[in-house]
Amino acid sequence: MSYIGKSVKRVEDKRFITGKGNYTDDIKIPGMTQGIFVRSPYAHARIKSIDISAAEASPGVVKVFTGEDIAASGINGVPCGWQVNFKNGDTMKEPPHPILVKDKVLHMGDGVAFIIAEDYASAKDAVEKVIVDYENLGAVTDPQEAVKDGAPLVHDDAPNNICFDWELGDPKDDVAAALKSSHHITTLDMINQRMVPNAIEPRSAVGHYEESHDKFTLYTTSQNPHLTRLLMCAFVLGLPEHKVRVVAPDVGGGFGSKIFHYAEEAMVIWASREINRPIKWTAERSESFLTDAHGRDHRTSVQMGFDKDGKITALQSTTFANLGAYLSTFAPAVPTYLHGTLMQGLYTTPLVNVDVTGVFTHTNAVDAYRGAGRPEATYQLERLLDLAALEMDMDPIELRRLNFIPKFNGTTEPGYQTRVALQYDSGDYHGVVDKALKMVGYEEFRKEQAALDNGKLLGIGFSTYIEACGIAPSAVVGALGARAGLFESAQVRVQPTGKVSVYSGSHSHGQGHETTFAQVVADRLGIPLEDVEIVHGDSEAVAFGMGTYGSRSLAVGGSAIVKSIDKVIEKGAKIAAHKLESRVEDLEYAEGKWTVKGTDKSISFGDVSLTAYVPHDYPADLEPGLDFSSFYDPANFTYPFGCHVAIVEVDKETGQVKLKRFIAVDDVGNIINPMIVDGQIHGGLAQGIGQALFEGTVYSDSGTLMNASYMDYAMPRADDFPSFEVDRTVTPCPHNPLGVKGAGEAGCIGSTPAVVNAVIDALWKGGHKVKDIEMPLISERVWNAMQNGSSN
Amino acid sequence: MIPSSFTYKKASSVSDALAMLKEHGDEATLLAGGHSLIPALKLRLNEYGYLIDISKVKELKSIEDKGDHIEIGAGVTHDEIVQSELLQSKVPFFSEAADLIGDVQVRNMGTIGGSIAHADPAADWPALLLAADATIHIHNGSSSRAVAAGDFFHGLFHTAVEEGEMITSISVPAPSNAKTKYIKFMQPASRFAIVGCAVCLEMSGSTISKARVAYAGVSAKPFRDGAVEAALEGKSLDAATIEAAGAAAAEGVSVMSDHFASEGYRKQMAKVYTKRALKALA
Repeated sequence: MSYIGKSVKRVEDKRFITGKGNYTDDIKIPGMTQGIFVRSPYAHARIKSIDISAAEASPGVVKVFTGEDIAASGINGVPCGWQVNFKNGDTMKEPPHPILVKDKVLHMGDGVAFIIAEDYASAKDAVEKVIVDYENLGAVTDPQEAVKDGAPLVHDDAPNNICFDWELGDPKDDVAAALKSSHHITTLDMINQRMVPNAIEPRSAVGHYEESHDKFTLYTTSQNPHLTRLLMCAFVLGLPEHKVRVVAPDVGGGFGSKIFHYAEEAMVIWASREINRPIKWTAERSESFLTDAHGRDHRTSVQMGFDKDGKITALQSTTFANLGAYLSTFAPAVPTYLHGTLMQGLYTTPLVNVDVTGVFTHTNAVDAYRGAGRPEATYQLERLLDLAALEMDMDPIELRRLNFIPKFNGTTEPGYQTRVALQYDSGDYHGVVDKALKMVGYEEFRKEQAALDNGKLLGIGFSTYIEACGIAPSAVVGALGARAGLFESAQVRVQPTGKVSVYSGSHSHGQGHETTFAQVVADRLGIPLEDVEIVHGDSEAVAFGMGTYGSRSLAVGGSAIVKSIDKVIEKGAKIAAHKLESRVEDLEYAEGKWTVKGTDKSISFGDVSLTAYVPHDYPADLEPGLDFSSFYDPANFTYPFGCHVAIVEVDKETGQVKLKRFIAVDDVGNIINPMIVDGQIHGGLAQGIGQALFEGTVYSDSGTLMNASYMDYAMPRADDFPSFEVDRTVTPCPHNPLGVKGAGEAGCIGSTPAVVNAVIDALWKGGHKVKDIEMPLISERVWNAMQNGSSN
Repeated sequence: MIPSSFTYKKASSVSDALAMLKEHGDEATLLAGGHSLIPALKLRLNEYGYLIDISKVKELKSIEDKGDHIEIGAGVTHDEIVQSELLQSKVPFFSEAADLIGDVQVRNMGTIGGSIAHADPAADWPALLLAADATIHIHNGSSSRAVAAGDFFHGLFHTAVEEGEMITSISVPAPSNAKTKYIKFMQPASRFAIVGCAVCLEMSGSTISKARVAYAGVSAKPFRDGAVEAALEGKSLDAATIEAAGAAAAEGVSVMSDHFASEGYRKQMAKVYTKRALKALA
């Protein structure tokens, strides 16, 4: 039976579409209380006093905890999972991140008290009765301002608010010299603005301590429940890991924001034991805006040099990355190893230097958001390429082709070693461009663009991106500062009747693992899809897991499943050989049965399974059972790539941008379920284009998040977009058994610069030689660019 | 997201609702579609002891042809205005505007009376009522009064409705010689108006005999722009007139500013949208 490559409908959708999903907030436990956080309205303030007496006396209130209680209980702060060192070798600044603040709040939304009540309404009523006397201390929100002498300090032991400085690639002097002698230099000073992840399900956590067993259960909206358990037990609360179960049930989207271990999770677990009752906390939407780790927020200056033919000579990229007030779980990795390592792009640039300063500010923490570092890198490179083409009056595609790394398959031809630490696995970069241009009708478009005369400007923008995902080889990331391995585990348990339960350490929160993984298992074992069940998200069911992020689930988690399937088939063959009175090497496994080669003698998967559990007639030297676990640690990252093309219309009188077409040709390696891959690409495009045109935080100078609701933060909607035109090429990954590369982030990584490039192209065609417009490209910014841009 | 505790009461008629309002004074407010009130309660920006639900009061639900004007009940939903063939044919910019409000869910629940009672400066209806020269009928339980749209909107979330009163209907003149248009530059997040431009031109042949042009979203208070109207009246709707009218827009009013549109840009867009609305009628 063949399932791989088929658009099998998602098995999980039945419960999602009929409203039968079971999310954290749906969990009800007898005696459960409701928790709610009292959060700081200030970005930087000293707590002069906090009076909880009225809240404690409020009807229905069970208990109120403050930062004082947390400090007195010796609870540690939330840890960071990745260490980046200063250029001089010093360890990054890693200030404590208390789960409730005692003395000083460091961002709007910082938790100062936790109220537990019999019900939500009582808890909510009590919030207004906590009296906090704040002394406002003045805030800094912009990372370039924060490093200046005299800027308000976020942490006293981080001078100039610098967490780390970091560099990768060729010596800066070599790059500078090459730039200096270049025929042309294209320069951009750009902001990659701060994004709010906006998963449809707000974060939620239920803490349940059971005194009878001295056991804890945490239900939480997590992309990686095992990692949350490890961090919470080992670093924050000092709990024995075997006494703590963490369950991430159905989770409604994450986009990175649910990777991290959050203070609220530790709070409900700790407090549950204190009051000996279960506690639920669920974020309000505005609370999600304030406290879900944000994404991006880079201030970057970048220069790319070209020789007279258009060959790239060198690249210098210098970034101030806003980390927020506290270090979230993977915060230091995102602007460094997930960003700097991608600055080669698809190009043979001989000299590359990336310089990054990680900066604390009085803002919410910044961490991985769909793409995580790679969109920031892609945005620089692809904006540069299109702008350089305009400046040098070259075709943007020809300029790229001139600089592309030639095609290589990674097996008979070696991988491509970049200047910035990575070795690309396989690629055919001209292939995606050829296909995309055909879909666009590029030559016809250019004619239409030149002829347009209706008060609108028409523009086309390109992005030819590469990303590194399938995260990640543990030894490599360990050497780069990761404090965890990034392997994955999978257990394939064949039941006596031949039905198969698969326990995966990957977590699905919208990606469709229950379908894709089942397709892999059913296909490899030659059994019906409905005979396979994928179990994930429960630390008590799944041995271990590193979770889902970095487009790793299929490349890493899927490979672990394949390893276990191989073990099942290998052991099954021994049982089959015994039953068929044959030698193992004379058997072949296909279509759910072992057959003696060249004969019609065979035994089915189901019969072998039964024999494994009812071993009456069984090989003497073989254990009963058919149940295998595997851990898979990838040999390399995987490297999807693609060509994205945006066509926009700009209204000359208003600056309004309308996205007319969006063409995406992505190469994510082999495909298991084309429909799911298309869905992932579409979703990624919506977020990437959302960043270009609509989304982004607005902080006031005093550190207030001004657009912490959907009334003011513009999420893209379906009618903002045309129907996306997506297609693909297939260049298999040479180093994992499925040949897959990962599709979760590609759409988000590639699309953003294509849209901005298209608007810039439209403006140039209208005579406005504008280099940059700050994202999101709201109408006023585009209009201003047309008013101020030169019109020669 | 949960309001503080309140008592829910359902009114069966206008007099029933007014009696309840009288009984509970400023502790009570009316609940119609709830699309402004409920979020405000949930965010605890407002707090009431009593909500009096008038959404099922039949007297407030009709759209009636009264010859020279149309009477729209305060409880008529936005979608009912979109669908009304009477309004589509006689006051088309009402149906156009209603179709630009929120989304399907909002249009199915939200009411015209609720919207004008709330008086959000970026809401559409206030500009429409001004441009249509509508009259708002208000009842207090013992008597009713009629307030011209121009006297109704006092400022940000502030109207002529006083404690113990409720809006019962809106009279919209429907002159047969009128051309109307409503267009809106939407704020991309909320889709409220950055600039909403409502135009009603009464024509005498090809000459504009009377012009009413009103704006939503531009200023803290919806307003008719006398300078634009003066540039139009007595003229024919030609390119020069449109240009002059557009150039006159939003001068001399205090223009709002936010992170989507600064004061200067918003003023410029008021001019652009004025021209576009007029061009659509030319």
